[in-house]
Amino acid sequence: MTMNRRKFISNTTATSAFISLGGLSLNSCALNTQKKITILHTNDVHSHIDTFSETHSKFPNLGGVAKRASLVDSIRKENPNTLLFDAGDIFQGTPYFNFYGGELEFKLMSMLKYDAATIGNHDFDNGIEGLVSQLPYAKFQFISANYDFSNTIMDGHTKPYEIYIVDGIKIGVYGVGIELDGLVTKKLYKETLYLDPLEIAQDIEQKLKEDEKCDIIICLSHLGYEYQSHKIDDLKLAKQTKFTNLIIGGHTHTFLDKPTVVKNNNHTNVLVNQVGCFGVNLGKINFYFDSEKNIVADGISITV
Amino acid sequence: MILKIKQFVIFTTVLLLISCKEEKTTLKKINGKEIPITDSIPEVDSIANFITPYRKRINQVLDSTLAYAPKNITKTDGEFNTTAGNLMADAVLELTAPIFKSRTKNNLDFVLLNSGGIRSVISKGNISARTAYEIMPFDNTVVVVSLKGKAIREMVKYLITSKKAHPIAGLQIIIDKNDSIKEVNIQGKPFDENKTYYVATSDYLIKGGDHMDFFKDHISATDTGYMIRNVMIDYFTKLDTIAPLIDDRFIKIED
Repeated sequence: MTMNRRKFISNTTATSAFISLGGLSLNSCALNTQKKITILHTNDVHSHIDTFSETHSKFPNLGGVAKRASLVDSIRKENPNTLLFDAGDIFQGTPYFNFYGGELEFKLMSMLKYDAATIGNHDFDNGIEGLVSQLPYAKFQFISANYDFSNTIMDGHTKPYEIYIVDGIKIGVYGVGIELDGLVTKKLYKETLYLDPLEIAQDIEQKLKEDEKCDIIICLSHLGYEYQSHKIDDLKLAKQTKFTNLIIGGHTHTFLDKPTVVKNNNHTNVLVNQVGCFGVNLGKINFYFDSEKNIVADGISITV
Repeated sequence: MILKIKQFVIFTTVLLLISCKEEKTTLKKINGKEIPITDSIPEVDSIANFITPYRKRINQVLDSTLAYAPKNITKTDGEFNTTAGNLMADAVLELTAPIFKSRTKNNLDFVLLNSGGIRSVISKGNISARTAYEIMPFDNTVVVVSLKGKAIREMVKYLITSKKAHPIAGLQIIIDKNDSIKEVNIQGKPFDENKTYYVATSDYLIKGGDHMDFFKDHISATDTGYMIRNVMIDYFTKLDTIAPLIDDRFIKIED
C-alpha cells in the first residue's frame, strides 16, 4: 500500500498527486479507524467429530469437524482479524473419546487453529491425569480463572486470562468453570479447588479494563446459561459484572435463537451466547470499532 | 515549485499517517449470530483424511462380532421384568460379584439398575461392542453399597410403585393383585429386615438419579470402577448366545 502510493506520487503531476493523495489519505485514515473483530465459538462438542447420520433423530446431517474447518476458513478469509474459542466439555460422548482419550479432539482443534478453550466438567472424565496426558496435542491455550490447580499436576498448564492484540485492538479473555463437587467424582478432579466464579470474574475484568486497557473483554464460561436456583449462571454473571462485553457459555447445551442481551452492573449491554452442543453450530460475534469522534452518544449498539 | 509541493505532500502524508495511527478507536457496534454446520458446507479434505484412520480403528473394534442374539431384546417386552433388564442386571451380578469378593471379602447379594439406563434395543442378529455402546453410551460405573433392611424395604416399595421394570438380579419380588408384597427373596432366601445387604448399582443412582432416595442411606460404598458398558462387552465376549428370558424375579400373582 505505502509502496504503491509512493510510486503513484512520483509518477504523476504535482497537482493531481496532491488531490488524489488527499483522498487516499483520508481513506486510509478511515480504514485505520474502522475495524472489525470476529469471535467464533463452540461449546460442549463432546467428542463429536463426525457429521451426524442422516437418520439421526435430532441432528440429521449436522455437525462434523471437517465441515466446521471449512466454515472457519471461509470466515477467516473474509476477516483475518478473527479469534476462535471453545467453552469446555470438549471430551466425552462418542467412542473417539473412549478409544483415544481426547487426543483426536485436541489435535483437530489445533488444526482448526483454536486460540483458546476453557475447561468443562467432562474434561475431567479421564481424571486430571487423563487431561494432562492429552495436553501435548493441544496447541491452544487453556484459560481458567476459578479452578486452582496448584496442588495438582495441571498446575502451570492454564492461565486465568489471555490478552490478544488483533489489528491493534486489545482483547482480554478470561475463563470460569462450574463447581465440580457433585458433578465429577473427587478421585477424578483430585485437589482442584473451585473458587467463586463471580468474585474472580469481577476481579479479572477490572484488571483487564483498568490495568490492561482492553478494548474487548470476553468471558469463556462453563457455568451454564440459566438456573432457577441461586446457583451462578451466565445470565447472573452478566448482570453482576461491569466490563465484560461477551460471555461465551456452555454446560447446559442451550440452543438460543439469538444471543441474549443483558444489562450489566454499569447499565450497559452484554451479550450472552451459547450454541447448543455436539458441534452442530458455530457462534459468530462481530465487534465493530470506529474513531472516538464518530461514536454516537448512546454508546455501543447491539444487533442480534 | 513542484518539488515543494511534493515535499509538502510527503510531509502531510506522514503527518496524516501518524495522526491516524494515534487516533483512539472505540467499540461501536456488536452483532452476533449462530451458523449451523449443515450438509451444504464442504469438508476440508486434509481434516477429513486425518480423521479416517482413527474412525477405521474404532469401527474395526466396535463392529467385530462378540455374540449372537436369536431374538430381539428390549426393555418393553415385560411388565415387571424384561429381557433387556434381566440381561443387564444378570451381567452385572455375574461379573461384579467376583471383583467385589476379592476386594472386600464380602458377597454381593443383588443388583438394581434403572430402566432409563438402557438406551437402546438389541436387535436379533450379531452382537458387537457397538451394541454395548448403544445400550449404554454413558460411562457409569458399578458401585456396591451396603444397605440396612429398612432401606431395602423402601427399595421394594419404590419398585412396586414405580411401574417401571427396573433391572434386578438376585432379588425376587412377588406381589398380589392389590400390589401387596407376598414374598421378597434375596439370593433365594427370605428377606431379613435385620440384615445388611450388599447391592450393586450404578454410580448415577447413588448420586440421586431417578430419585432412588433409599440409596442415600447406604452405610458404605465401593466404586468398582467397572463401567457398565464394559461389563456388557465382557459378558458378550464370555457368552456365545445372548438369549435372556422374562422370568419370575418380579411377578404379580393375580388370584
